[in-house]
Amino acid sequence: MWTGIPLFPERASTMAGRVDALYLFLIVVAVFFSALIAGLIVYFAIKYRRRAPDSIGTGIHGSMLLEITWSVIPLLITMVIFVWGASVFFAMSRPPDETLNIYVVAKQWMWKFQHLDGQREINELHVPIGRPVKMIMTSEDVIHDFFVPAFRVKADVLPGRYTSVWFQPTKPGRYHLFCAEYCGTRHSGMVGQVVVMDPSEYQTWLSGGAPEGSLASAGAKLFADLACNTCHRPDAQGRGPVLEGLFGKTVTLQNGEMLVVDEAYVRESILMPSAKIASGFQPIMPTFQGLVTEEQLLELIEYVKSLQALPQVQTR
Amino acid sequence: MSELIQHPALAHHFDSLEQQKEASTLGMWVFLVTEVLFFGGLFATYLIYRNWYPDAFAAASHELDVTLGTINTVVLITSSLTMALAVHAAQLGQRRLLLIFLVATMTLGAVFLGIKSVEYYHKFAEHLIPGPGFQFEKEPVHVRHAQLFFSLYFVMTGLHALHMVIGIGIMFVMWWWSWRGTITAEYYSPIEISGLYWHFVDIVWIFLFPLLYLIGRHA
Amino acid sequence: MASTALLPRRHYLNDGYGVKSWLLTRDHKRIGLLYLAGVTFFFFVGGAFAVLIRLELTTPVGDLVTDETYNKLFTMHGVMMVFFFLIPAIPSVLGNFLVPIMIGAKDLAFPKLNLASWYIYMIGALFTMYAIVTGGLDTGWTFYTPFSTVSSTSNVIPAALGIFITGFSSILTGLNFIVTIHRMRAPGMTWFRLPLFIWSHYATSLIMVLGTPVIAITILLVAAERLFHFGFFDPAVGGDPVLFQHLFWFYSHPAVYIMILPAMGVISELVAAFCRKPVFGYSFVAFASLAIAVLGFLVWGHHMFVAGQSVYAALIFSILSFLVAIPSAVKVFNWTATMYKGSVSWETPMLYAIGFIGLFTIGGLTGLFLASVGLDVHVTDTYFIIAHFHYIMVGGTIMAYLGGLHYWWPKISGRLYNEWLAKFSALVIFLGFNLTFFPQFILGYLGMPRRYHAYPPEFQVLNVLSSAGASILGVGYLIPMAYLMWSLRYGRAAGPNPWGAVGLEWTTTSPPPTENFTETPEVTWDAYDYQSTVDSRQSTFPAES
Repeated sequence: MWTGIPLFPERASTMAGRVDALYLFLIVVAVFFSALIAGLIVYFAIKYRRRAPDSIGTGIHGSMLLEITWSVIPLLITMVIFVWGASVFFAMSRPPDETLNIYVVAKQWMWKFQHLDGQREINELHVPIGRPVKMIMTSEDVIHDFFVPAFRVKADVLPGRYTSVWFQPTKPGRYHLFCAEYCGTRHSGMVGQVVVMDPSEYQTWLSGGAPEGSLASAGAKLFADLACNTCHRPDAQGRGPVLEGLFGKTVTLQNGEMLVVDEAYVRESILMPSAKIASGFQPIMPTFQGLVTEEQLLELIEYVKSLQALPQVQTR
Repeated sequence: MSELIQHPALAHHFDSLEQQKEASTLGMWVFLVTEVLFFGGLFATYLIYRNWYPDAFAAASHELDVTLGTINTVVLITSSLTMALAVHAAQLGQRRLLLIFLVATMTLGAVFLGIKSVEYYHKFAEHLIPGPGFQFEKEPVHVRHAQLFFSLYFVMTGLHALHMVIGIGIMFVMWWWSWRGTITAEYYSPIEISGLYWHFVDIVWIFLFPLLYLIGRHA
Repeated sequence: MASTALLPRRHYLNDGYGVKSWLLTRDHKRIGLLYLAGVTFFFFVGGAFAVLIRLELTTPVGDLVTDETYNKLFTMHGVMMVFFFLIPAIPSVLGNFLVPIMIGAKDLAFPKLNLASWYIYMIGALFTMYAIVTGGLDTGWTFYTPFSTVSSTSNVIPAALGIFITGFSSILTGLNFIVTIHRMRAPGMTWFRLPLFIWSHYATSLIMVLGTPVIAITILLVAAERLFHFGFFDPAVGGDPVLFQHLFWFYSHPAVYIMILPAMGVISELVAAFCRKPVFGYSFVAFASLAIAVLGFLVWGHHMFVAGQSVYAALIFSILSFLVAIPSAVKVFNWTATMYKGSVSWETPMLYAIGFIGLFTIGGLTGLFLASVGLDVHVTDTYFIIAHFHYIMVGGTIMAYLGGLHYWWPKISGRLYNEWLAKFSALVIFLGFNLTFFPQFILGYLGMPRRYHAYPPEFQVLNVLSSAGASILGVGYLIPMAYLMWSLRYGRAAGPNPWGAVGLEWTTTSPPPTENFTETPEVTWDAYDYQSTVDSRQSTFPAES
């Protein structure tokens, strides 16, 4: 029975080993100092126990050398831990350039996953091994948290914003997905499974069907339905900026600030168009707040991402 | 250092009036530090949101009545003057002047609150109270962030007004003690300490006024 | 060897009888006892919620209570324990009682404010209890938005108001201590002759005074948003829910130092008294308290490593969090060194002190795990965090509180308690505590999230161990209630200095007179000066009960 109690979750991602190594180092440090202090206290308590009711201790007041020693050594140890932890964190915060992107919309109390080619999943996420996967996440209501212990990955999922995590699965299997930020009544029910598959199996699963077509094609349809194409035209004759080739570029705003066109900027431009006006354009775009759902926003974003720069159009 | 006749205002746990006065003064300063942190949370929130939505905040700020705000600023600064004069009168044992200046301070405080109420009423009439009834016709594009501005406006000035009300209450108690002769040239630290509180409430307004009323206004 | 001590004829407990003499008292000692009644009651309320939580968690399925009820249980356990027990317990009970006596004063600087602070505490508690009995609160003690402002259907506003009101009690206590320590020390009591208990309470008071107003305004904004639909934290109007977290943790992190610094002050006193020598490195321990207070204000972002703040902000908070660990480590080393060549007695308060040092060390070291961002990503929001803070709050603060209560009980009540029962309880508490919380470190690393009502079956064995420990721990806390209350009536008289300790409180009678000293002391000796204080050599404590 005792051997049945695991101490570590499975290691199923490229980061897991690094996190576990740091953990083990910290355990060693913690055990060492705990044992040292506990040992000393017990030893002193016994060795120097009071033998006569009126005896007192030796009046030692302190030692500068000891104070410096036991300030500097812990400081050095903690700085080592800091650098190690920071390095692991950097790796966690910087996804590789090429990632398989999957969108996540969290809501009370379920996880909705959108694969780019249109596959939708609820509470179950299929991913292939051997490729970096990036989850781009938002919430429809309160703060949730995407947590897969086996991957050692965790990030809050916020309303009104996109947050992301990335991981590269290394071991096929089914792993727990938990919501790790308290979100109300069925917080403990907001769990799921991440299904990691060999690449060939994953392909099979993918081709199993995306009835509505890819996210980008759904976005193209929405773009036309909402009449975005009346102002955003590829021939630069429209009243709005050309979107072809825009995603990932740096643009200048009216107030002189520069920013990179990413998912967050596209989302904001649809919901709060007056917030950041591109230089040279009028603030006349209407807001679509309340007219599009989070999923539809993702479709539009994927559509904009898919728009390649047209060679003859001069981009600003 | 025992005195044969103890001053009636000396509390039993203090050795001297001097010690008691130093303790009370330090106490009031520590309390004012807590007040700085209390308003500080609001100022921090304001700074962040103004930084994110400068145009909306400027547009919303223009809806505030600068004239009334300026009058109120003058009123409050004058009340700090009358407060300082009250402390001075107390130090010199001038009971009559002390009473007059305390009344002047309270009156000016009441005028401030009166003008504030008028402003609040105007905001209500113009549908600028945040919530379902909020409207921002002048620049509809900023309607949501303007609501944020007004939320801050009401909480900040409302909290400030609450502190004013308490301040007037304190001044009334000071007036009462002065009238009864409890305050003398020997024992006037309550007046001084109340003055510290009053000046603090004034200083908060000195920050609130430009931050709320004067965004993007140029002469 | 029977004690021949007698109770003094006139003391603060018999200086006036009747409910009015207690409810309108200005005496800091009586006010300390009023707080004792309050914090004890709320501790058991919070404890009852904990019992229900651990009962539910013995099985993986949520079958004891509904989801909604469970969410209320952990919320209210947190609210009661944090705001109504851990923050006030040591400062308002032991601090109120001892600060004036230890510095040779007759009372605190503002006795009426002190009484007011108790009433404010009780009124705030009443609001919160009202919220609890009329439906409860389910936001977590952390009130994260937008759940607390928009989504929760529980009694958020009365609970928020209750906490808001009680915060002022904390502020007034801190204010009182600061002014008292600055202005009312007896002649000769210079800063560096002060007991370390005073230094800790001074540092704590700085935090109380600077930090509490920020939670006050934050919780007011939550209430305002809920009541008036102001959108401070609502993304729909451009507000930011993460701003709430920054404002909340700006106070709530220093708050944990409000909870631990007084405890450390108690431990300094216990170690010095039960080794009969000065605390090793006195000025380092004193300055460490101040350093913890200052650095404690700079690390709040370590609660938000996965909340969406920038990588660089996270790294700054990480390195500062490591720095704040150093002064705590320095204290632990100094206490340990104090035991070297001491005259170590094993009476109950010392058992609690030793327990504290061990458990606080473990809890503090796990803090290093959390400061390390790459690791925190995995363990934050799991049972690892729960284990970490319970090691410090329960293994640390509560053990120090009990140790202090036992140490100064003879002074407060004039009576001795039953030593064997006391030692037995300390052992039960120590064992129960470790069994409850050590498995939770493992659970957390395995991935069990916190605030979960039901969990995957593979986590059950560890949960059962934890719940078993909790039942032992609960019993452990009940026994001292019994024998301490029993001692009030039937305990032997203690005499002025049953421990043979050095400190101004041991030079006056047990219990002390209302004015604390018959004559204002004039201090010419350093703290813990066992060498030159001859009459401290006689201990009147019985060798056996």
